[in-house]
Amino acid sequence: MIDFSNFLDLPLIWGLLIATAVFLYVLLDGFDLGCGILFPFAPSDSCRSKIMNSIAPFWDGNETWLVLGAGGLFVAFPPAYSIIMSAFYMPIILMLVGLIFRGVAFEFRFKSHSKKQKKIWDTSFHIGSILAALMQGIILGNFIQGIEVENRAFSGGALDWVNGFSIITGIAMIFGYALLGSTWLIMKTNNETQTWARKTAKYVLIYVGIFMSIITITMPFISERIIDLWFTIPNILLLAPIPLISIITFLTIYYDLNKSAEYRPFLLTILLFFLSYLGIAISMYPWIVPYEMDLWQAAAAPTSQSIMLIGITIFLPVVLTYTGYVYYIFRGKSSEKAMY
Amino acid sequence: MMEILNSNAEILARIQFAFTIGFHIIFPAVTIGLASFLTVIEYKYLRTNNPIYVEIYKMWIKIFAVCFGMGVVSGIVMSYQFGTNWGLFSDKVGNVIGPLLGYEVLTAFFLEASFLGIMLFGWGKVSKRMHFTSTCIVAVGTLISAFWILSANSWMQTPQGFEIKEDGLLYPTSWMDIIFNPSFPYRLVHMILAAYLTTAFVIGGVSAFYLLKNKFVKHAKVTFTLAMLMAIFIAPIQLVVGDYHGLNTLKHQPAKVAAMEGIWEDEKGAALRLFAIPDQENQKNHMEIAIPKLASIILTHKADGEIKGLKSFGVENQPPVAIVFWSFRVMVAIGFAMILTGIIAAFLYFKKNIFETRWFLYWCAALTPSGFIAVLAGWFVTEVGRQPYTVYGVIRTADSLSPVIGTQIAISLAIFIIVYTFIFGAGTYYILKLIKKGPVVGEEEKFYDHSKQASLVNSINKS
Repeated sequence: MIDFSNFLDLPLIWGLLIATAVFLYVLLDGFDLGCGILFPFAPSDSCRSKIMNSIAPFWDGNETWLVLGAGGLFVAFPPAYSIIMSAFYMPIILMLVGLIFRGVAFEFRFKSHSKKQKKIWDTSFHIGSILAALMQGIILGNFIQGIEVENRAFSGGALDWVNGFSIITGIAMIFGYALLGSTWLIMKTNNETQTWARKTAKYVLIYVGIFMSIITITMPFISERIIDLWFTIPNILLLAPIPLISIITFLTIYYDLNKSAEYRPFLLTILLFFLSYLGIAISMYPWIVPYEMDLWQAAAAPTSQSIMLIGITIFLPVVLTYTGYVYYIFRGKSSEKAMY
Repeated sequence: MMEILNSNAEILARIQFAFTIGFHIIFPAVTIGLASFLTVIEYKYLRTNNPIYVEIYKMWIKIFAVCFGMGVVSGIVMSYQFGTNWGLFSDKVGNVIGPLLGYEVLTAFFLEASFLGIMLFGWGKVSKRMHFTSTCIVAVGTLISAFWILSANSWMQTPQGFEIKEDGLLYPTSWMDIIFNPSFPYRLVHMILAAYLTTAFVIGGVSAFYLLKNKFVKHAKVTFTLAMLMAIFIAPIQLVVGDYHGLNTLKHQPAKVAAMEGIWEDEKGAALRLFAIPDQENQKNHMEIAIPKLASIILTHKADGEIKGLKSFGVENQPPVAIVFWSFRVMVAIGFAMILTGIIAAFLYFKKNIFETRWFLYWCAALTPSGFIAVLAGWFVTEVGRQPYTVYGVIRTADSLSPVIGTQIAISLAIFIIVYTFIFGAGTYYILKLIKKGPVVGEEEKFYDHSKQASLVNSINKS
């Protein structure tokens, strides 16, 4: 049996890998969920077709990162997978329902010829995207607040996930994805659609700022750990760059949206997401089931983590390469013509 | 109260799993077959440059895309359900089957999802050869995916290559033993052939429908011929593979075979029950119609070979017999109908009137959904037949459940039934619409806008 555990800290590596997969998911599906969130507000039908065409070749691959996140958790931290899935039972089911409705909308919309049918799938795309984003935010909010565990199993109530903080993170997620979506559209479209996307991004950015501030201010009140982590010396000095760079990034995006930059708003939004994600990840470390099980307590057998690590090392670069290739092929501005 | 809820929770979770996976499996079954079919069609196009192949390709890729989309969204549900409903199972076996599912995502899902984008939207953006390569990659991706998921499923049927430590969890001892467990090769081949046959009968049925309506006759003749070739050659091979699969099951899961055959007592020279109403409560069959000794001949290849009856496994270790018994008969009956179709097709081919024999075309049109029914029936046999275990002989279904309360599973089950019915209804509606519309004739010009120039450059370079 292959086992790297005597010279590699496997649970830590796996923690980083899963965090990376989830982050890639948030970015990649984030912009196409964001397009869905903004969809009905686009000024014309031809804009909507452009929006749809700008993400149609990618959405399927983007959602595969979500499967990798769940699969990775199952492989590397089976008890965490089982506890987290049971704890967030309903939000996960509702997220999946949202993803189903928006996923099928792509194909069904292309095949609808009457206005009425198209309308059904436009709505399904919009509502599905919002539902998925809201539930992902709610799951994040509850994850930050911690999960009740007894005997390696979830011991909380069925409706624990409905609470003030998680509703706020849920709504924040909708605005966050909308920002990714609108800046993506600035990059991928032109003329009328781009002008609209630019205007929308400015509104959305303000809301993102408000919600980010609320979450940043409330998070320390949730757990003393977080206060100790962020507000003691020397941590406060080491971690200070994260909020500072976030503020600078935020202001630069706002500045860019008033100018003619096409790529930078999207890239800076990615940076903003990265900084928020980093902040949360640092606050949560080393918990995989907060605040009951850490990475090492929840780790799968070293042999299981090892065999999968070989797979990741070989195939992840390959996956990233051809994913990049697909994005390269479909580079440039999106057209409104039906593509097949 | 808690106990009632929990006993309900198990059956609700099982119904939910059966419903969601039953819904899901339909789509991989047809996408595995269609991807290979599209590869063949595009290959023929590259070789012959005959526009008829492009028109066939463009019609079927739309159906492929709808099926693939529904397969993806219903598949994502599966990857979460192990955790939401079957948490204890996931915790105990995660070490062993987690990596198999992980490899499936890494080596197949990304491949399929990424190159599907090129397959669907890449016309005119990549060269003909790159487009064909993408089709091939998607087809190979569907097969790789089948490899891993069937390995994981087979391991649950015939587990080996692990040990149970004092914490009650399973730990791997040999990956080769786990991946290539005893029932895996048989199940893999059986399922891939089933997918090919399912698709062949869908394509054959649709082509027969066109021939009957005298529409798209040129296209229909091509696709009908391909479908009938599958019926002639693959259907009989499937019978042989199925027989080997059955023998393998007899060796490793004898209780499942006893349920398939409806045999309660240990019997020498057991009869083959053609019809029976199994009665689990009284541990016997009603209204049996049987052929003496045939079950023993099929299963042991000896007229008086002994087959262990269900009673000798103990009531608490028996699967639900009636479901297994009847699903098996449905599957086998459809299998024979497919073989018969192949024989008639070969006969009509030599008489040179296969495209004009209307009753045969009606027969093929009627068999369009037959593969789906057979695939579902087959999965019912193997999955229900594994009960009352999730990992055969190792972990019982009752010990696999998440500690979620029954109401949550009931609500989510209701949600899935409503959502899937709606989505499935819409999907079927659009597929039927695409079939009714048929291939678009005479649009070849638009097929590869840019690659035209590329191939022009190539031909200049060559000369």
